[in-house]
Amino acid sequence: MSRRRSSFTTFRVAALVVVVVVLLAPLVWMLLASFKSNVDIYDSSKAVFFSPTLDNYTKVLAQANYGRFILNSFWVAFASTTLSLLLGVPAAYAMSRFTMNRSALVVLMARVIPGVSLLVPWYYVFSNLRMVGGYTVLILSHMFVALPLVVYIMMGYFDGLPLELEESAMVDGLTPIGAFRLITLPLSVPGIATAGILAFIFSWNNFMFALVLSDAHTKTLPVAIFNFVGYASIDWGGLMAAATVVTLPIMVIALFTQKYIVSGLTAGATKG
Amino acid sequence: MATSAPALRTSVSTPAWARWANDHRKWLFAGPAMAFVAVLIVFPVAWTVYLSLTDAEGSVRAEKELTGAANYLDVLADTSRFWPAVLRTVEFTGIALFFEVVLGMCIALLLWRPFRGEKWVRVAILLPLVATPVAVGMMWRLILDPNIGFANQVLGWVGIPPQPWLAGEGSALVTTAFIDVWQWTPMVVLILLAGLTALPEEPHEAALVDGTTGWQRFRFITLPMLMPTVVVAILLRGIDAIKTFDILYATKGKGGGSFHEVETLNVYAYGLSFDYNEYGVASAVLILFFLIIIGSMWALTARRREELS
Repeated sequence: MSRRRSSFTTFRVAALVVVVVVLLAPLVWMLLASFKSNVDIYDSSKAVFFSPTLDNYTKVLAQANYGRFILNSFWVAFASTTLSLLLGVPAAYAMSRFTMNRSALVVLMARVIPGVSLLVPWYYVFSNLRMVGGYTVLILSHMFVALPLVVYIMMGYFDGLPLELEESAMVDGLTPIGAFRLITLPLSVPGIATAGILAFIFSWNNFMFALVLSDAHTKTLPVAIFNFVGYASIDWGGLMAAATVVTLPIMVIALFTQKYIVSGLTAGATKG
Repeated sequence: MATSAPALRTSVSTPAWARWANDHRKWLFAGPAMAFVAVLIVFPVAWTVYLSLTDAEGSVRAEKELTGAANYLDVLADTSRFWPAVLRTVEFTGIALFFEVVLGMCIALLLWRPFRGEKWVRVAILLPLVATPVAVGMMWRLILDPNIGFANQVLGWVGIPPQPWLAGEGSALVTTAFIDVWQWTPMVVLILLAGLTALPEEPHEAALVDGTTGWQRFRFITLPMLMPTVVVAILLRGIDAIKTFDILYATKGKGGGSFHEVETLNVYAYGLSFDYNEYGVASAVLILFFLIIIGSMWALTARRREELS
């Protein structure tokens, strides 16, 4: 028995090491390549040992005007997340407390609808209003991703908060809205943080909406990456530096908010 | 007495508008979000249905005429682009889902019981998940490059000839599916792990006393109890996998590559809309695509609904 136990432990450790290596090695490779000159990238003998250079990053940040794209990405993700929370948190509360299942279903359908089917009508309407290329359209389009996520996570969260707290607050003289504002909302901060962080990440990572609805000045980072992909050749060093610039902020946020991200991604998974 | 007195005081001191707001709070709270959804989602979907019945193409301001089911008949008869795209969508989603669920289950079981260094493994699992998909596509494009990529270098060490990966006409779709597996297996792991942690311990312990093997306990106790969570994982992941766009566009560009190697329905509908401006046909493809998604979700949850009713 004890020998079987220890052989299982050995197997488990080995398997976990393989999992970690497979998941992290590609990211490490991207990071390494972003510090290599293009000559070193083409030289397989310099896979791990090379003289690191910051040229790719100076090129990305200076020549390719990435400072602006970083701000674009940040502004669009921040605004769409904030607006989604403002609309989504009260809506989720009403849907949870009044069991508005049909309304909830309509909002959650947004997770199923292919984004392209919205892009065509949006493009139709917004180009007639001469709004394509502006921040407003980008923020609204990213809310399509963020709002259903907020409603989904917050509905689950409100379902889990006991009704008794609000009821006793109302007995003590608070109005229903007062009870929501002074009792439920402060208790929901972890849920709101979860929803906000995930909405921000998904908005930051979104590519397709900005691909169609942004212009040269408002494009977000995932679209701007394509500046390094030419028809004839690819500037690999610059491309990997650009890819690192997009992913690194989100990974840093993820490391510090791991608990919230995991609880948000698995929300509703165990209710069956 | 003590309970009724404060309630009385509030009803006197609250202004009329506040009382109105409290009485109508259901729609006051849900209304703005519902209005947003109606204007930006329900209305566009209805318009897509309308466009699919017209000959809309070219400029967005161009005149268009109702052509009835013509677009649908054309699309359904199209064996050069539409049906291959359907097959590719099924193949991509099938491969990705199968490996994500099987590998996800294995990794979740490995992580189930606490161990030293658990924190670090969890970090490794989280990073691919939050990485920007376009950047992930570019990253794999370099790693899988047939000439300079690290993947073929590794194969060379163990004596396997270099593979074309994304550049091969036959291998591109499978390769992109495995990029999806790399990025999204962690999502399945997290969901299954949440399900495993919520399972009751007693059946497991009882089976242990009965002298069962590890495989028997998994097959006859853990798996059946975990099944609802597995279905949720398949649903959530399937909905996203079938709509994959970023990875395909980042690795193969417009139209799913020069030979449409990775042109799934989503990529095809995007190309029709924004590369060819064939809005009418694109809308018909999108409606059919939507029906396929709803249909597979319905089939997937059919047994579960039966159990509930």
